Amino acid sequence: MELLVASAIGVLTSAGIYLMLRLRTFPVILGISLLTYAVNVFLFASGRLTVGAPPVLRDDMTVYTDPLPQALVLTAIVISFGMTAVVVMIGLGAFLGSNDDHVDDQPEGSEGQP
Amino acid sequence: MSLFILVALPFLGALLPGLMNAAGRAACAGVTFTVSLAAFIGLLTNLPAILAGEVVTARVDWIPSLGMNFTLMLDGLGFFFALLILGIGLLIIAYARHYLSRNDNMGEFFTYLLLFQGAMVGIVLSDNILLLLVFWELTSLSSFLLIGYWKHLPEGRQGARMALTVTGMGGLAMIGGMLILGQIAGSYDLSVILQNRELIQSSPLYLPALILILLGCFTKSAQFPFHFWLPHAMAAPTPVSAYLHSATMVKAGIFLMARMWPVLSGTPEWFAIVTTAGLVTMVLGAVIALFKHDLKALLAFSTVSHLGLITMLLGTGTAFGAMAAMFHILNHATFKAALFMSAGIVDHEAHTRDIRRLGGLRTLMPITFTIATLAALSMAGIPLLNGFLSKEMMLEEANHTVLFGTPWLVPALATFGSLFSAAYCFRLIGHTFLGPVRDDYPTKPHDPGTGLWLPPAFLVTLVVVIGVAPFLAEPFVKLVTASVLGDAAEVPKAYFKIWHGLVPALFMSIAAVVGGLLMMAIFNPALRFWDALPRPEAKVIFEAIVAAAARLAQTLILPLHNGSFTRYAAIGTVAIVGAGFYAWATGTVGAPTREIQAAGIVPIVGWTLLVAATVALVIFHRNRFLSLILIGIVGLMVSVGFVFFSAPDLAMTQFTVEVVTIILLLLALNFLPNRTPVESSLLRRVRDMGVAIVGGLATFALAFHYLLRDAVDTPISEFHLANSYKGGGGTNVVNVILVDFRGFDTYGEIIVLGIAALLIYALTETLLDGPVRARLLNRIPDQPRAGDMHPMMMVVLTRVIMPVVLMVGFYIFLRGHNEPGGGFIAGLIVSIGVVMQYMASGFSWASARLKYPYHGVIGAGVLVAGFTGIGSWFVGKPFLTSDFTYVRIPPFEKFELATAALFDVGVFLAVVGAVMLSLESFSRLARRAHTDDNDHPMDIDPSRDEETPPTSGTAQEGV
Repeated sequence: MELLVASAIGVLTSAGIYLMLRLRTFPVILGISLLTYAVNVFLFASGRLTVGAPPVLRDDMTVYTDPLPQALVLTAIVISFGMTAVVVMIGLGAFLGSNDDHVDDQPEGSEGQP
Repeated sequence: MSLFILVALPFLGALLPGLMNAAGRAACAGVTFTVSLAAFIGLLTNLPAILAGEVVTARVDWIPSLGMNFTLMLDGLGFFFALLILGIGLLIIAYARHYLSRNDNMGEFFTYLLLFQGAMVGIVLSDNILLLLVFWELTSLSSFLLIGYWKHLPEGRQGARMALTVTGMGGLAMIGGMLILGQIAGSYDLSVILQNRELIQSSPLYLPALILILLGCFTKSAQFPFHFWLPHAMAAPTPVSAYLHSATMVKAGIFLMARMWPVLSGTPEWFAIVTTAGLVTMVLGAVIALFKHDLKALLAFSTVSHLGLITMLLGTGTAFGAMAAMFHILNHATFKAALFMSAGIVDHEAHTRDIRRLGGLRTLMPITFTIATLAALSMAGIPLLNGFLSKEMMLEEANHTVLFGTPWLVPALATFGSLFSAAYCFRLIGHTFLGPVRDDYPTKPHDPGTGLWLPPAFLVTLVVVIGVAPFLAEPFVKLVTASVLGDAAEVPKAYFKIWHGLVPALFMSIAAVVGGLLMMAIFNPALRFWDALPRPEAKVIFEAIVAAAARLAQTLILPLHNGSFTRYAAIGTVAIVGAGFYAWATGTVGAPTREIQAAGIVPIVGWTLLVAATVALVIFHRNRFLSLILIGIVGLMVSVGFVFFSAPDLAMTQFTVEVVTIILLLLALNFLPNRTPVESSLLRRVRDMGVAIVGGLATFALAFHYLLRDAVDTPISEFHLANSYKGGGGTNVVNVILVDFRGFDTYGEIIVLGIAALLIYALTETLLDGPVRARLLNRIPDQPRAGDMHPMMMVVLTRVIMPVVLMVGFYIFLRGHNEPGGGFIAGLIVSIGVVMQYMASGFSWASARLKYPYHGVIGAGVLVAGFTGIGSWFVGKPFLTSDFTYVRIPPFEKFELATAALFDVGVFLAVVGAVMLSLESFSRLARRAHTDDNDHPMDIDPSRDEETPPTSGTAQEGV
């Protein structure tokens, strides 16, 4: 199971990095979202993997999974929504302003594609 | 009055002038005056203690681990400077009220002035050198604002920039010096440092600390070779020049030299550096001042010269020198501020400050003439005025000072400087006020109203009173001197007298005055000689240095920083992986301590779905709509994974966030092109793939590595698990961590979320105001519009389900403390419920039915959370301490009431507000794009099918 989670993190990261290196805003945003998943799962996994022991106190339970990474990742998920929204807005604003959704500065004189 | 209030008063008061701006100029100046007066009176309440020789202190530990404490101390020296700052500040405020024209924003001016005042008071009262540095930088910043107050004048902007650059660099050096000093003494408290003279002077780090601190002092107090910024700062309004550049800020460097005098002075290094710099500055400033035609420039260079004089006196390292320096600070502050204000009056009335265009003002402006003449004669060192007394003391001290083994050097140069000093004073009087009345003034000058001449007249009264009866000032100056000297030396016995007998200083004085008069006689040839002399122009050199530094920075940075995000991302990824690999290769890797858990069929299926969706996303990423669906699958599988690995809260959060994220991306995709074109070459794609695979392998390796090993130390979570119910009153440990154990983090996070939403709102507003608006209005959608924009099924369904969604949200919120749920998740669920209304019934329908602006909701959330945290102060607990109790209201079951729940309400509100504000902003763009958005729900778009009569579907209203 550890292998599955670790490889999922790896696959998500790979895909995230690849998309992040694309030239247009939309795939870059998707890439950042994938990286967010990867980072969140990675942080979550730092509490190690436990099945069937949620950190909700019960009288008949003695083993719980580590709650702290969960709390940290919970806020991270919400914050990353905020950040995605800001990045999308910036990308959208840039596209609407110049009719060009390239991520990089374009050479002088080359107007955006229609 | 407590020293804390004394320092805080100007800062708090700085909020008022801006608010009072609308109430008129008198109210604006009045409130500023009142604030300063309150601080002034507060200072005077400490006078009895000071006169009794006590040191008033106040202390709050701020960051004790860094040695940075908010400690204040008021002794004779601090009191003296605070008195100058607040007292002259009062006069300046009264003067500025009448000086500023109707076009000037008075509230802005007085706000800056009070900020400056607070920073200055902070410097002179600081007992902690780190705190002192903070105030020190604040004076640089506020003086920047004041010098550049007339933003429309290029000289003002350039002067402000130059002053900030020079004093800022000096401040930087001083930070280094102070840190070294603190290291040597083992404390950053001045009172401790001042006790350790031997320790500091014997340290090998003494010289670097001294040089760095002196750099700070010299730049601030305009000592050679940093004197050049002060004349350029004269572009400021005259009240600023009078306040900052004669009486207070430029004295800050001198104050610090006096403050540090007991520990830094007395060594050969101190003597050589400080005396030389002071002497050179004094002579150079005096000579340049004589040949300046602008009244304020003349005064500026004379200030430079007098600051040099004081510096030289401090440099001699004798007790008598220190006393003379303190006395001259007092005298200089009185006559120079009066002179600046007089120059301002002349400028105000005659509309020129050029001495060559003035003359004969004596009969036109008799009051101003009297004031300026008395002040200038005092500066020239004429008996019966206070400048004479301290100049005598300076010459006396110079007589005993031997620099570079040449006994005649200092006395000769001091006399030479005094000669030019007398000469420019005579020129100021002679060429401005005496001589025939002219008929070519820009405007016919006359004496100003009382408001302008009364403040300088008050100062000149002091000039005369001290000059005639020096014994009045003597006890006070000796008191101040005593606190400068500390334990290092005894206060000299010398009396302040006008007549000391036929001592050498008297002859030097006479020589200077007579020489000054002679200089005036040969002024015209001297001026021609001066003009013919090649002189380096400081401003040109300064600007060349700045330009060279900027060029160097550009050549270094521009090639690295070429605006290609892709490149940064690639370099960043490779660098991070490289650093990680280095750590991996050089560190020790322990053996695995955990067993691999066997994977059942469910995890394998989930994993397959996740990986398949991710790979498909990469392959089909050019089809943007498809990639949205695929990323939805990825998110879904991540949530399922959270459920599987015992994280129900995370799963719920991830799931709901997924929904809003997809809606958000859909809204954005509405405008963006539907496909990503193929642009990068195959080689480039292979390269990116290589980078991506390396990055993926690295994270895989890292994750796999730690998943098989236990934590090196017991996680703090043990504490959380043990105390969640006992201390936090909740069984859902994740929620208790969020709202209780780490509530401060959560508080910060909701603020960040709110800021992000406001940023999105602001960007939308900017877009809609700018040229984008027209583009959006003319935009033709690249997709066919739906025929029924608001399908009936969906409208009915969303409206029926709305109460249910709200109920679920409420339930999730309430149970959050004990079961999976809480403010974050409830907020997201409620947001989704509201967003559904927008989607189904249309933007205008939904927004017409929402009463609360989302900014307000965010603000309310942050405030509720904040006030909950503050509430614990009232019971003497730290911020955000939570409490809970169990209550039973029949016929309900016993239930729990926790302050943490109130905090969670804040979280809930902030999340709802932030999510809705972001999504609403996006939809507002869309609405702008096709403004035929109908106010009615369930309408049929009539433009799509011309045969249908355009009834706009009003019949369906009210289902």
